[in-house]
Amino acid sequence: MIFRARLILIIVLTIILGAPARALDIDVTSFTLANGMEVVVIPDRRAPVVTHMVWYKVGAADEPQGKAGIAHLLEHLMFKGTPKYPEGEFSRIVRANGGDENAFTSQDYTAYFQRIARERLELVMELEADRMHNLVLTDENVLPERSVVQEERRERTDNDPSSLLAEQLDAALYTAHPYGKPVIGWMSEVAQLTRQDALDFYAEHYEPANAVLVVAGDVTGDEVKLLAERHYGPLKNRRPPEARVRTQEPAPVAERRVIMRDERVSSPLWQRRYLTASSRNLSRREDHALSLLADVLGGGTQSRLHQKLTLEKKLAAYAGAWSSTDSLDSGSFAIYAAPNPGASTAEIEKVIDEELALIRDKGISQEELDRTRDRSIAEAAYVLDSQESLARIFGVALTTGQSIGNVMNWERDLAAVTVEDVAKAARTVLDLRASVTGLLLPANGS
Amino acid sequence: MSMLSVTRAIAAAAVLLASAISAQAFAIQEVKSPGGITAWLVQEKAVPLIAMNFSFKGGSVYDPQGKEGVSEFLTGMLDEGAGDLSSKEFQQQRDALAFRMSFDSGRDFFEGSFQTLTRNRAKSFELLKLAINAPRFDAEPLERVRQQFILSVQNENQDPQTIAFRNWMKEALPGDAYARDLNGTVETMAAIGADDLNAAHRRIFTRDKLQVAVVGDIDAVELGTVLDQVFGGLPVSSSREAVAAAKPVMGPKTVVFEREMPQSVIVFGHESITRDDPDFIPAFVMSEILGGGGFSSRLTTEIREKRGLTYGVGMGLSPAERVGLYVGSLQTSNDKAGEALALVREVMAKMANEGPTQAELDEAKTYLTGSYALRFSSNSAIANQLLGLQQQDLGIDYVERRNSLIEAVTLDQVKAQAKRLLHPDRLIVSVVGKPVGLN
Repeated sequence: MIFRARLILIIVLTIILGAPARALDIDVTSFTLANGMEVVVIPDRRAPVVTHMVWYKVGAADEPQGKAGIAHLLEHLMFKGTPKYPEGEFSRIVRANGGDENAFTSQDYTAYFQRIARERLELVMELEADRMHNLVLTDENVLPERSVVQEERRERTDNDPSSLLAEQLDAALYTAHPYGKPVIGWMSEVAQLTRQDALDFYAEHYEPANAVLVVAGDVTGDEVKLLAERHYGPLKNRRPPEARVRTQEPAPVAERRVIMRDERVSSPLWQRRYLTASSRNLSRREDHALSLLADVLGGGTQSRLHQKLTLEKKLAAYAGAWSSTDSLDSGSFAIYAAPNPGASTAEIEKVIDEELALIRDKGISQEELDRTRDRSIAEAAYVLDSQESLARIFGVALTTGQSIGNVMNWERDLAAVTVEDVAKAARTVLDLRASVTGLLLPANGS
Repeated sequence: MSMLSVTRAIAAAAVLLASAISAQAFAIQEVKSPGGITAWLVQEKAVPLIAMNFSFKGGSVYDPQGKEGVSEFLTGMLDEGAGDLSSKEFQQQRDALAFRMSFDSGRDFFEGSFQTLTRNRAKSFELLKLAINAPRFDAEPLERVRQQFILSVQNENQDPQTIAFRNWMKEALPGDAYARDLNGTVETMAAIGADDLNAAHRRIFTRDKLQVAVVGDIDAVELGTVLDQVFGGLPVSSSREAVAAAKPVMGPKTVVFEREMPQSVIVFGHESITRDDPDFIPAFVMSEILGGGGFSSRLTTEIREKRGLTYGVGMGLSPAERVGLYVGSLQTSNDKAGEALALVREVMAKMANEGPTQAELDEAKTYLTGSYALRFSSNSAIANQLLGLQQQDLGIDYVERRNSLIEAVTLDQVKAQAKRLLHPDRLIVSVVGKPVGLN
């Protein structure tokens, strides 16, 4: 069994980052500062290091019309300096203290993190608190960084047909909701973004009440509380936090299909995405039923799609499914397959549709549910090995309207799911009117 | 200027910190099994997991002519049936036990990565033993995995980074084993059969070439038993012909693979030193200042930060068993390719002529020493590091010694390495795209 195709790598990553946290046997502390900033502390005493993350409840889906990419450009610009720590100082100080750092932006959140020796936690808190309100931007540092982002878009998206298709799938799946535009932005809009656009977005969203601090590592909740109150506590909210209301997606009425031919494509790929509710709009049982449905259909070598398409019919080199509900407004349920040389996407699609009809009409067996759930619970232990992964799970949950309880009670909630819940999930989600089917084809292929 | 004094205080603190945390937070034991197999062990009870990384010296450079990719093919077959278990039975049991097992075929080492829940370790190690001692290569999984590899090779053949790097290797090491298509071609993957996989299995899996690192909830006595269980049945050694040291050629030379896309992918570099070079550490510090990770290297500052020409540029030492290389890459708009490459040469030349400043050296040292601990922050990360140290023959005390080696590097040493190792006028350059401005 091999997983080397690029699409698979992306999907596996999505599952790791996007799946609800697995059962957690850890002693998490959480509290809220007087200014509204939430704090989560996850102990990991194995090495004298900490992961320090500040998550803002703002992402690409919160951008004003015509400013696609400003959330991500601002993420880049957050390294450009303040009066106290001018350009380059933030990164220079982190490096000089033996730390690594980076940042990332999604539709719903923007996060900044450092991994550093535990004695340096206060230092990175001081730096991160300073840039929450004191960023200074000039055309001299904004314009080259905008060019960097344009190169990033060319590198990650425009140079890669499967990324271009993924962007088109989102654009087709969402007719009104901003999830239909890419996080990095359309090139035509990125090219027009200005220093003032970035400053406006910054002033509107970078506030302590709109931020979540997650610290994982060799540190106690009391230690973090003391330091957080010292450095983040004095920050005042300059405007009251606003509800995150985006244009709602209207009820879907039409099946969509996106076909992309590109001479850089050597072999076809078939994929389909269905709209689902998001975690915060689902009961725990509904949410976990969706992830179990995805696992039964396409999670690993015992799954129905692997057994049918790859082993029995020998049509696909690989096939799978995943569910991601870790977003604020809506989630995705996805299925994908790569035809073997000689097989067509049409043959693949026919068999997949038969399998989907079967699971929608007949549901799953108790044996499938038990086996799939047991494996999920066993696999959950591996997340304990990475403090950065743990920190990310809590950061994603708290910036997408979920609770710490959702994360901590994962195993209990998963155990409550019945075969009826999974059957109901299949009937709800597998509605072609709420779907887009995407074909990636060679330039001269069929 | 109060800011400056704050910064100096922070930098001074960092030097103290670096020496404070260089004392490692874990103990590495050398374990010798009753049957004579050695492993490095870090016992760590905090999480209910065991990570085992192992490798066999002699990677895909030993793939026979015309069977390039056979080691790679083998990596995909070791969970497809072994001993009495069919592919289906093996994978069912693996999923039920929830262990993780993967293999990687590198140029110089064939590597395995294995993780199990502590509570399932007995059965999981038994399946690992089967996988590496008695893989079956049954016809059904073999044909299925072949299709997967052929698709994978076809995709790689379209990937601009892969094409650029492959072409670079063919120019820098013409005719060499390293420059062959070691992930296989459509033709070689189509031609490989069970006999070839069996031969590769016999060649690779022998005890004399084995190195093992284990981190997790297991003690030395139990590990000794596990080592004999998993690896004790392998042959002691196998014969194979030595591959002669590689003979790289120097540039200047530029090759372009023309392709319609918005950006050019540019790979550049030339010969360098291997890991056993006595000056490797000062050379490594120099390369970190010139093109290392983070936002502060000279190449990143000049090409990304000041001019916005690329999302990322890096250049670093790439030491292999039979050759040392110094390779970098960047991607930029086609119309900026000439400008970006000229800047690479200019930045390299300045470093070769003048070396870094004392401040740059000091910062690089505090970063490298302070961040070393970050490489050891999970069981699987520690196992990975410890295996790498064994592969490079650096000794079990290297984790303790490493930061003092970095601390001892002087400005004169780094300047000497810059002059010795950087040859901007002799770069071999491989481009994929429609570059403008390359002469």
